[in-house]
Amino acid sequence: MPRSRQSRIGRQPSQLRIKLIPPVTVVLGSMITALPIITDYPILPPMGLLVILAWRLIRPGYWAVWAGFPLGLVDDIFSGQPLGSAAFLWSVIFILLETLDRKAVRRDYWQDWLIASTAIAIVLICGMLIVDFQSNLLRFDLLMPQILLSVLLYPFVARLIGAIDNWRVAS
Amino acid sequence: MAPPNHRRPGFSKRAQYSIFASYLLGILGAVLGLLLLLVSFIDPRGFSALRTIGAEAMAPASKTLSEFGSLTGNAGDQVSAYFNAASKNAEMQQELEQNRIEILEARALRQENDRLKRLLKLDEEIPDSIAMARLISSTASSARRIATLGVGSNNGLEPGQPVRSPEGLVGRILETGPSTARVLLVSDSKNVTPVQRASDSLPAFATGRGDGTVDIQPINIGTNPFKGGDLLITSGSGGLYSPGIPVAVVIRKTETGAIGRVLANPAKVSHAIVQPIFQAETVRQIEENPVDDLEEESGE
Repeated sequence: MPRSRQSRIGRQPSQLRIKLIPPVTVVLGSMITALPIITDYPILPPMGLLVILAWRLIRPGYWAVWAGFPLGLVDDIFSGQPLGSAAFLWSVIFILLETLDRKAVRRDYWQDWLIASTAIAIVLICGMLIVDFQSNLLRFDLLMPQILLSVLLYPFVARLIGAIDNWRVAS
Repeated sequence: MAPPNHRRPGFSKRAQYSIFASYLLGILGAVLGLLLLLVSFIDPRGFSALRTIGAEAMAPASKTLSEFGSLTGNAGDQVSAYFNAASKNAEMQQELEQNRIEILEARALRQENDRLKRLLKLDEEIPDSIAMARLISSTASSARRIATLGVGSNNGLEPGQPVRSPEGLVGRILETGPSTARVLLVSDSKNVTPVQRASDSLPAFATGRGDGTVDIQPINIGTNPFKGGDLLITSGSGGLYSPGIPVAVVIRKTETGAIGRVLANPAKVSHAIVQPIFQAETVRQIEENPVDDLEEESGE
């Protein structure tokens, strides 16, 4: 990763742990579809997206702008979306977040949540349109439960990722 | 969190270039993603190998968890069964008596049916099942409705084969791996099922709506004869599904057709049965064309 934070940490934890934990947790989040949850409509929050958003907002310096592409590609393998859907959408989200980071003067927790919620809504709605543009254009009500659940779940995921991050940088 | 200071490049040309390069890489990633998306639209089966590897890698975990899940699901029922055992026993005995009578009636009907079929010289074409397995996971976070089945090409599964449960049609096999198969559910928006009304064999198409319902369009456009409670069964045209599998029940009328609820709720289906493709002619077509091209043809 181009901007590693190793110089800022006094003690020296394992480099492998520092470098690998964030992408590994994102991939684990993407693998949530392997759980035996069989539903008739989209309801399961996209955990891979929630985890990567939490990491991106907690540790803006860790992530390269292009990181959305490879991790999105892995998410596509497990999500059932057409391959390239998350790779494209996550890349766009990362570019938007990078631009936002350069513009914003200060940020607090509520703004982070708002940004994450917007990103979740954008990715889910665009993902649905990618699957079938014509018949899904007027059926966003179908996604409301999933978006709502994901937005409400985000703070918990952010807490969890924060705890993992503390462990990651602790020696 | 305030943005870190190193993000403001100031007048350093080098820092400005590195920011520009990082943006360029990000945009490159988005463009690559878009290209992949285009490729997966042009050739929907092109990346099936990748998805199969993903499903196969997760299969042991999914299978174990689904066994566990069903165990915990049953535990509640088993405990509650002890509490009303006496009343249930009486109820069941009553039911048993009733069923005995009905079985006798059904036997008589079957004999008559056989006799009539012999008269009409109809071949018995009841397909036997290829495999029976559990649905182990699904794309619960995506707008597509695809489930993963716990058996694959090792058990003789092939793309296109219908998957059903005792309640009705579940879907058809989309991709197979050695020990998993991906099932395109009836309610997926890319799945078109040729159906007919059970009462008068009125032909129609059922297209998935992505939420456990199907959009039913009669083939004779202009008439809208559906009413709530109509049962729709597969018609057998197209050759994938054998005729007579229950698909959906009409829940409400629309301007041009009706909305139906899929009978086999994949969330409640404990075991799915994979059947062979109904007509051999279709098998030949599938070998010539990829299965996704059949979506439009399947109803003809």
